Amino acid sequence: MTTLEFSLLVYGCSLIAGLVGALTGLGGGVVLVPLLSLLFKVDIRYAIGASLVSVIATSSGAAAAYVKEGFSNIRIGMFLEIATTLGALLGANLAARVSTHAIAIVFGVVLLFSAYFSRKPRSQAERGVPPDPLATRLRLNGSFPDVDGVRSYNVQHVPAGWTLMFGAGALSGLLGIGSGAMKVLAMDQAMKIPFKVSTTTSNFMIGVTAAASAGVYLNRGYVDPGLVMPVMLGVLAGSLLGARLLIKAHTKWLRLGFSLVIVLLAIEMLYNGLSGRI
Amino acid sequence: MLPGRSWTDQRIENVLGNLLRAGVLLSALVVLLGGAIYLLRHGLSPVDFGVFRGEPPDLRDLRGIIHSAFQLRGRGIIQLGLLLLIATPVARVAFSIFGFAKERDGMYVVFTVIVFSVLLYSLFGTA
Repeated sequence: MTTLEFSLLVYGCSLIAGLVGALTGLGGGVVLVPLLSLLFKVDIRYAIGASLVSVIATSSGAAAAYVKEGFSNIRIGMFLEIATTLGALLGANLAARVSTHAIAIVFGVVLLFSAYFSRKPRSQAERGVPPDPLATRLRLNGSFPDVDGVRSYNVQHVPAGWTLMFGAGALSGLLGIGSGAMKVLAMDQAMKIPFKVSTTTSNFMIGVTAAASAGVYLNRGYVDPGLVMPVMLGVLAGSLLGARLLIKAHTKWLRLGFSLVIVLLAIEMLYNGLSGRI
Repeated sequence: MLPGRSWTDQRIENVLGNLLRAGVLLSALVVLLGGAIYLLRHGLSPVDFGVFRGEPPDLRDLRGIIHSAFQLRGRGIIQLGLLLLIATPVARVAFSIFGFAKERDGMYVVFTVIVFSVLLYSLFGTA
């Protein structure tokens, strides 16, 4: 394959990954590394570097559209970014110390969890729960525009959410993914933040988390410009398109389809990691 | 929530949104330019990403990347665009420090400074 053919193919796949990633709130990064390493036979370290940089583009590109809608909560985002950036530093440093087989196996397990949690019914963030004292002191409670007017919400279980976010950051730094599933899990399931607020705030945070490990990857020589160029441009185009469609999209079937793809990729990653092919 | 505060929050978020959009679009343009040069020169040569070699030093750090980009080398220009992309969320965090300070929200100024320090450490402290 010539470089031109390779770049065009990778661009097309990345565009689809970015589009579906933005629509489901699961991020395109989670499928980028398996796609590049399994389908295009790219070394997993180059794939992780490319994915990590592209995740910043997804997050920042989509966040620009989201903030105008008033869904994301900047205080929740910033408070939890302390956890995710520290976790990301830990993860990026771990990535240099473990073998590529181990990374592939961890990746497979994380993919399975992503698929499982994307199928889990959302907690219907109960309305009118009493405010949590810690969340109130941290000024995390907020409001957002819903179908029936402005709706306010009270954030719960702050320590559990913060700890999950540290883990999400570590996985992001280790695997080069946005950890969207785990971030949404922490906010939607643990902290009882409404789903739309969770997904958009998560998208907002992913760029900062990824930037915390991207520097480490760049310094280490894992970021190849020839590979990142089509990946980053494709993911960005897809995520911008996805952000435009998000408000009206019915994500139920899309999430089902996407989680099936994720399960297949998970099995492939586990098989390749365990048999030493990656 | 007081209407005054939510207005300020929303205004900060709008400025942040525009900052992110501008940074991402600028970096995408630079990457596109570098990509065009790269593909014009190397488009017909075979790809090889299957073996990990690591990038040469002039594509790893700020000095090398700027030097390479100013020699109009495609890969150097792409890498410069990627540096801009990484800098975008860092700039967002830096602006948030200013925003929270304007709101006289000391607690969130501290939180944001912590996040900013972690980002600077990873970019410059790990080389």
